[in-house]
Amino acid sequence: MKFVRWLADIDRRIIFVVIAVAVVVPLLFPLGMRVKVTPQTQTIYDEVENLPGGSNVLVSFDYDPAAAPEVHPMALAFLHHCFQKKHRVIIMALWPQGAQMAVSAMAEINRDFDLEYGRDYVNLGYKPGGAIVIKSLGNSFAEIFPKDMAGRSTATLPLMEDVSNLYDVDLVMDLSAGVPGITEWVIIANALFQTRTAAGCTAVSAPQFFPYLQTGQLIGLLGGLKGAAEYETVTAYAGKASPRMDSQSVAHVVIIVFILFANISYFILRRKREEGSGGPTARPPTSA
Amino acid sequence: MRREIPMIVAFVAGVIIILEFFVPTLRNVAGQLQKWYLVVVAFAILVGAFNLLRMNYMKVRGRRVDWPYSIVLIVGLFAMTIVGIGWGIGQGTVFDWLFNYLMFPMSSTMFALLAFFVASAAYRAFRARTVDATLLLVAAVIVMLGQVPIGSIWVPSWWPDSLVFLTPDWLKDRIMNIFNTAGQRAILIGASLGVVSTALRILLGIERSYLGEE
Amino acid sequence: MDGLTLFGTWIAAFLTLCILSFLYKDNPFYKFAEYLFIGVSAGFWIAYNFHNLLVPNLIDPLFGADGAFPKLVREGQLDIRLLTVIAGLLGITMLFRFFPKVAWVSRYGIAFSVGLGAGLMFIVYLQANCIYQIWGTVQLSPIVITESATGWHFDWGASVANTLLIIGVVSALVYFYFSKEHKGLLGGTARLGIWFLMVSFGAAFGYTVMARISLLIGRMEFLIDDWIKETLIALGLL
Repeated sequence: MKFVRWLADIDRRIIFVVIAVAVVVPLLFPLGMRVKVTPQTQTIYDEVENLPGGSNVLVSFDYDPAAAPEVHPMALAFLHHCFQKKHRVIIMALWPQGAQMAVSAMAEINRDFDLEYGRDYVNLGYKPGGAIVIKSLGNSFAEIFPKDMAGRSTATLPLMEDVSNLYDVDLVMDLSAGVPGITEWVIIANALFQTRTAAGCTAVSAPQFFPYLQTGQLIGLLGGLKGAAEYETVTAYAGKASPRMDSQSVAHVVIIVFILFANISYFILRRKREEGSGGPTARPPTSA
Repeated sequence: MRREIPMIVAFVAGVIIILEFFVPTLRNVAGQLQKWYLVVVAFAILVGAFNLLRMNYMKVRGRRVDWPYSIVLIVGLFAMTIVGIGWGIGQGTVFDWLFNYLMFPMSSTMFALLAFFVASAAYRAFRARTVDATLLLVAAVIVMLGQVPIGSIWVPSWWPDSLVFLTPDWLKDRIMNIFNTAGQRAILIGASLGVVSTALRILLGIERSYLGEE
Repeated sequence: MDGLTLFGTWIAAFLTLCILSFLYKDNPFYKFAEYLFIGVSAGFWIAYNFHNLLVPNLIDPLFGADGAFPKLVREGQLDIRLLTVIAGLLGITMLFRFFPKVAWVSRYGIAFSVGLGAGLMFIVYLQANCIYQIWGTVQLSPIVITESATGWHFDWGASVANTLLIIGVVSALVYFYFSKEHKGLLGGTARLGIWFLMVSFGAAFGYTVMARISLLIGRMEFLIDDWIKETLIALGLL
C-alpha cells in the first residue's frame, strides 16, 4: 500500500528527470521510426506538385523562435519543395520575429539552390496589423510593401512586376504560431479573395483549425512536429523533424505511463476507502 | 466632446470598411484608411515599449524589489534598438547575431520549460473521476499515441482490416475529424457571433470601454 | 564552426541553462535571463517597426528623396501621399497616453484603429466563421451512397461520420445556449454537447502535450549537437 500511495503522488522532480531522459536518450541513440503521411499533409504536397512551374506561392512567416522547433522544419521542407518545382516564392511576415526566421530559413535554402533574389524569391519583411494587412494585399502589394526587407523598392523586383495583389497569388502557405495567423488568412485571403490557402502551425493550435479543413477553407494543415515530419517524408527532404519523432514517441509513452500510474493508484485507494478499511486516500493534487 | 468625436471617428472608419464590400467605388478610400491603420499600430507598439521602459526606470529609481534586473532589461532594450536602427536588421548584421544567440535561445527555452509542467500536470490532474473526465482522458491518450510513430508500429502487418478500428491511428483520425471538428466548430460559430455583436456595439457606440475612463 | 559562432553558441547555452534552472526553483540566473529576454524582445520590436514600417510607410512617402514634401517644395505639386500626414498625426496621438492631462487625445488613434478593425471583423467573421461553418454542417448528408463496379452501396463509415458531426455541432451549440434552463430535451442535448466538447478538449490536450515536448526536443538537440558536440570538435576531442 505504501508503494500505491507513492505512485499516487510522485515528486514532480522525478517526473522532470524522467521526461528529460525520455527526450535525450532517443536523440543520442535514434530509433529510426517513420511517420505515416496523413491526407491533410498529402493535399498540400499535391497542390504544390500540381501547380505549373513558375507559379506564385506566398509564404507568410507568422511565428517566433518559441515555435521554431515545430514550425521551422515545415518552412524548410515546404520552401525546398517549392524551389524544387521552380515556383516563385514571396515571403512576408505578420510577426516581426517571423521575418527574422525567414532570413535564416532562406540562408539554409540558398545552400541547396542557385536562387536569384528578386526573380526566384523576394522577402518583403514584416508589417503590423494582421487582418488589415491581408485585406490591403487584396488591393495592392506595392502600397503596403513599398520596400522589401532590405529596403529595396519592390517596384524594381522582377517577381513583383507580375504580382500586383492577392489575386495573382496561386497559393498561400501560412506558417503560424498564433494570432495573427491562420484564422486571419482563412477569413480574409480565402473568404474574400478566394486565394487557395494552406497552413502549418504549432500542435497547440492545430485542433481549432480542423473545421476549416472540412469546409475546404484550408486545403491542408501541417500540425506541429508531426506535420513537419510528414512533409519531410512525403517530399523526401532530410530535415530535422523526422529524427525528432523518436524522442517525441518515447516522451508520449512516458507521459501516458504516468497517467496510467496515477489512475491505477487512484482507483486502488478509492476502493480501499469505500471498503471502509481506514486506508489512506489519494492526496489532492499538489502544484503542477 | 472628448468621447463623442472619437466615437464618430470609430463609426466612420468602421462603416467605410463595411460599405466597401457593397460599394466598390469606396475601395480607394478604404485602402487609404487601411494604410493609415498600419502606421497607427506601429505607434501603439512603440507606446508599449516606452511604457515598459518607463516602468522599469521607475523601479530602478525607487530601488524597488528586483531593481538590478530592471537594469539588465533596460540595457537589453537599448542594445537591441541601437544596433537594429543603427546598423540594420538583415542577414549577417550584429542584430541578426543577437537574435540568433540571445533572443532565440531564451524565447524557445521559456516555452520548452512547459514540457515538464505539462507532464506533471497531466499526471496529477488526469483522473477518471467522472464520465466527462474519462472522455477527456481517453481522447487525450488516444491522440497522444496516435500522433507518434510508436502508436502504429505495434500493429503487426497481419492485423485484419476488420479490426482497424482498434488501432490508435484510426481512432485518432476519427476523434480529430468528427468529435474535435464538431466541438471546435460549435466554439467557432459561437465566438464569431460574439465578435460580430461586439463589433456592432463598438460601431454603434454602445461599447465604449476602449475609450478608457472620463 | 568559426570562433564567433562558437562564442555565440556558448552564450546561447548559458542562457538556455539559466532558464532551465527554474525547474529547480526561482533563482537569480533565471531572473537575469527573464529580464534580458523581455528587454531584448522590446528592442527587437522597436527596430523592426522602425525599418519595416515607419521608414517605408511613413517617413519615405513624406520626406524621402522622391517624397511628397520635397516634391511639393521642388515642383509645387500636391501629392496624394501628403495624406500620410494624417496617419502620422493619428499615430502621434497614441503617445499622449504618457501625459495624464492630455491623455484623452490618444482616443483618436485608438478609436480609429478599433473602429476600422470592428468594421472588418463584422463582415469577415460573419462570412467565414459563421456562415461557412453552418454551411459546412448543413451540406453534410447523413445517408451516403457510393458507386462502385458492382453497383450502388450504402457507405456506413461516411454516413455515421456525417451524422455524428451534425449531432455534435448542434448539441454543442445547444450547450452554449444559456437563455433557457438546461432541462428536459434541451438538457439532454446539452449533456451530449458536453461529451463532444470533452472529447474535443481531450484531443486539444493531446496536441498540447505534443507541442511542449517538441519545444523541449528542440532545446535538448541544441545543447547536445550545437553546444557540446561542436565544442568537443573545436577542442579536437571528437
